Amino acid sequence: MINESAVFWSRALTELTLTFHIIYATIGVGVPLMIMLAQWTGYKKNDEHYILMARRWARGFVITVAVGVVTGTAIGLQLSLLWPNFMQLAGQTIALPLFMETFAFFFEAIFLGIYLYTWDRFDSQKKHMLLLIPVAVGASMSAVFITMVNAFMNAPQGFDIVDGQLVNIQPFLAMFNPAMPTKVAHVVVTAYMTSAFVLAAIAGYRMLRGSEHIYHKKSLFLLMKIGLVASIASAIIGDFSGKYLAEYQPEKLAAAEWHFETTDKASLILLGVLDGEEVKYAIKVPYALSILARNNPTAEVIGLDQFAEEDRPPLYIHYLFNIMVFIGMFMVLVSLVYVVGKPRGWLFIHSRWFRWIIVAGAPLSIIAIEAGWWLAEVGRQPWILYGIMRTAEGATTSDHVDLMMLLFTGVYAVLGIGSTVVLVRMFKKNPIEQEIEDRHTEKGGDII
Amino acid sequence: MTLEVLGISVLWIFLFGYVMIASIDFGAGFFNAYSLLIGKNHIITNVIKRYLSPVWEVTNVFLVFFFVGMVGFFPQTAFYYGTILLVPVSISLVLLAIRGSYYAFEAYGARGHIGYSLTYGVTGLLLPASLSVVFAIAGGGYVDIVDGQPVLNYWTLYTSTFAWSIVVLSIAAVLYISAVFLTWYANKATDVEATNLMRKYALIWAAPLIISALGIIYEMKSINPESYQHMLNLWWMFAISAVLFIITVILLWMRKNYGLALGLLIAQFAVAFFAYGIAQYPYLLYPYLTIYDSFTNTQMAISLVIVFVLGLCLLLPSLYLLLKLFLFNKNYVTGKEDHHA
Repeated sequence: MINESAVFWSRALTELTLTFHIIYATIGVGVPLMIMLAQWTGYKKNDEHYILMARRWARGFVITVAVGVVTGTAIGLQLSLLWPNFMQLAGQTIALPLFMETFAFFFEAIFLGIYLYTWDRFDSQKKHMLLLIPVAVGASMSAVFITMVNAFMNAPQGFDIVDGQLVNIQPFLAMFNPAMPTKVAHVVVTAYMTSAFVLAAIAGYRMLRGSEHIYHKKSLFLLMKIGLVASIASAIIGDFSGKYLAEYQPEKLAAAEWHFETTDKASLILLGVLDGEEVKYAIKVPYALSILARNNPTAEVIGLDQFAEEDRPPLYIHYLFNIMVFIGMFMVLVSLVYVVGKPRGWLFIHSRWFRWIIVAGAPLSIIAIEAGWWLAEVGRQPWILYGIMRTAEGATTSDHVDLMMLLFTGVYAVLGIGSTVVLVRMFKKNPIEQEIEDRHTEKGGDII
Repeated sequence: MTLEVLGISVLWIFLFGYVMIASIDFGAGFFNAYSLLIGKNHIITNVIKRYLSPVWEVTNVFLVFFFVGMVGFFPQTAFYYGTILLVPVSISLVLLAIRGSYYAFEAYGARGHIGYSLTYGVTGLLLPASLSVVFAIAGGGYVDIVDGQPVLNYWTLYTSTFAWSIVVLSIAAVLYISAVFLTWYANKATDVEATNLMRKYALIWAAPLIISALGIIYEMKSINPESYQHMLNLWWMFAISAVLFIITVILLWMRKNYGLALGLLIAQFAVAFFAYGIAQYPYLLYPYLTIYDSFTNTQMAISLVIVFVLGLCLLLPSLYLLLKLFLFNKNYVTGKEDHHA
């Protein structure tokens, strides 16, 4: 029994929740590392500015964490509420990393609470800084475990189905599935990348607004260095993801690349429009798809012709792929120019237009994250569990999913607006100049 | 002990943990909002804030732990409960989302914002009501199987005195637990005014608590005779719980030993919670689902238990550290130190 309307609205609501949650989740995974690196730098260089950086980021971070936690709880329960048939199967096979994730999350929550409320409480600064290790590790491990579950949906293994019964279940084999390494690495590294560029955008924005404080320059340079490393790593891992897809989910790659016929020496199609199966106005990079798929310009790449119509993902994912890749490349370039240019004294990196580009890095990186997740999820269609369960079979049969969609749309709007207002107000009321001055009077002048 | 019983016991313990700390949390939010309305916030707001701030996120994890563990150990519950609870749990989620974020917005962003405080105070009272409905549903009588799919009968549920009694009990319990805890905490903070006010609230809410609890046991008789019979067999557990309750109230009345009162309160709820749980055995959803037919495969169960034990080794020391720094640290509790970021 399939309830068509429930399937449609379940997909829509899951998409909505994930789209909203992933913004806060990405920041939640990446920012603890940024805080840690800033505090570490401050500790090493004995530079109060970096310590303040960590402290201010931590203050803003709590707001995003709160929204991340509650929307994470929402998606966690919605998995069972909207996809009860799928979760019944998933519970038997991939519950282990889900369970581990709660421990990672627990661990992070405890130490974040301690970290936030023990500024200057311990005698040694180092002790307080060390609290960030479990926070950052817990945050990243949460992403690792939850992405393992998502990877399993793309490459299920670790069980057999005999006469409709699940047998021979191996929980660890299910965790370490072929999609896992590239997916987990890509998710974690892009979270670092996005967080670095989001924080960098704030520094850039403050500078555009006329604050010439050295604090922003230090912050921007540190973040651009981290962003550069993370964005290059994202690109390299992205390349490995292409190779994974070519091997295990060729139709996902073929749909993303509009590769209809199985050929060797396949070219990579960028942009363009579709007319039936004919690609128009596209940029074609010869051999590039073969290289992406097999690391060999003459290798054969499987096309959509090998798959029945009902097993093909929607073709619009091509644009999602393009958006993700273009933004990723652009951000590598921006951070590279900044990191190379700064010590060499290139003047244009301090110009207004370049700072606007840095500011644009925040929304762009987030758009890239969204495009990447839509590509991953829509590209897996029509399957919820690749090759085993179709999305429609996994969905709930209950009515009222459409009403729930309305309800959650309202909630996410309230949370999105609320968190933005609170964050803006928090930092407007207490700009860095003000805070440094306050601390100056408080401590009697041991910081500049 | 079979793996099934082990699994459900672990989950029940965590659910109990959630019920207790979430009650403190929800109740504290409500008392804070209420005191703002009647202009007594100067008395209790500080005490409440000092306790809540470092631990609010941890509270939520207990809930996540419970439902993730449930799907892990008893995957069929995802199918049954997932299908029938779409609307009730979505409502809880909405409340939880608003409450959690507005708590953070107020505590970290806009201290003293009345709108935010009221938002999380009121949602904190609606939450136990909406979450406790699940207990009523689990007890049986509100779910039909249509074409092999479980369907929740909303009308029977919303017109059932049993379900409403559970709602009343949950709210009374939240306010009572929270008030007793805050009496102890305020006393520890040597804040006499706040202690007296919270003590008064605790005594006020003791009566509705016990009346609704007795009402539920009585109503079980017609709703679910099978577990009513089990409950009668476990009369001694409920008797112990009742005695603990009476001693707690006497201690509060006589203004004596609030620490012991809090301990007895936790014991009272633990005994009653487990007696109720044992009386439901072996059903997870009466009469369709038991812990035996919904249990996961052995390999998964063993892996989950191993991960659970390893996880506890990591968690218990961390929790201890958290409690040591904030709950049992005299300087922090009395407000002599503030090290907020």
